[in-house]
Amino acid sequence: MSDTQVFRIWIKAPAEKIWQAITDPEWTAKYAYAAPQFYELKKGGRFYSTATEEMKAYATAGGFELPEIIIDGEVLEAEPPRRLVQTWRMLMDPTTGAEPFTTLTYEIEEAGAGVQRVTITHDTPGAPATAAMIKGNPEAAAEGGGGWAWVLSDLKSLLETGKIMTDA
Amino acid sequence: MTDDDRVFDDALVFRALADPSRRFLLDLLFVRDGRTQSELEGELEMTRFGVAKHLRVLEEAGLVVVRRSGREKLHYLNPVPIRQIHDRWIDKFTEQHVTALIDLKRTLEEES
Repeated sequence: MSDTQVFRIWIKAPAEKIWQAITDPEWTAKYAYAAPQFYELKKGGRFYSTATEEMKAYATAGGFELPEIIIDGEVLEAEPPRRLVQTWRMLMDPTTGAEPFTTLTYEIEEAGAGVQRVTITHDTPGAPATAAMIKGNPEAAAEGGGGWAWVLSDLKSLLETGKIMTDA
Repeated sequence: MTDDDRVFDDALVFRALADPSRRFLLDLLFVRDGRTQSELEGELEMTRFGVAKHLRVLEEAGLVVVRRSGREKLHYLNPVPIRQIHDRWIDKFTEQHVTALIDLKRTLEEES
């Protein structure tokens, strides 16, 4: 496995709508892991994501502590609605939390006929546990969930049909 | 081609997966991606043009993403279309007994 993982999907929605679904906490709470993500959209701006009630209940049941902030990082580039580059560290797990910050890039490109090509590139040098986590599990309901492939599939469902996959 | 086809074309993915050389290329990228065409060529008994053509079919189906790094073009596996095929075709039709049969086959083959 290389230190870079790439995930690409085509979504029939305006770029602005996709940008909003990625960067607005109200939108990020609607699909995939449903943890709200907060962005200060400028170079050097803060990024963090907070635990959902469901995640907290899961942690309590498992007898471990979950930090209030489950992912943190810093915005490196923000060019709405086309390009977002940030650092990213997963704090839900002590192993990934101890790894160095990784770099996450979102690119939203025009692909004709109202379709956008959305590409996530995640660079994880020196962070093997994080790399394994984002790769995801084939079963979205399993431990750790479906990773970026699942997040993008769910984002596409939400924007194109108004429903997330688990609603079906 | 309708708009829907362009957004996610099952047919392109199935067609891309129908060829053994292309499946082999995906397996190679699964083991380690971020490789150049020339690195991949070394693993196949095929002309450079043949490999280039297969990689292009995989890229058009969305199964491979090409990224530039300096002067090189690196090939990455994109698991998203496989995920979509899984959600659209596999989840819907597989039931418990199918999984049980696959498990049985695996167990028997491992024993032999």
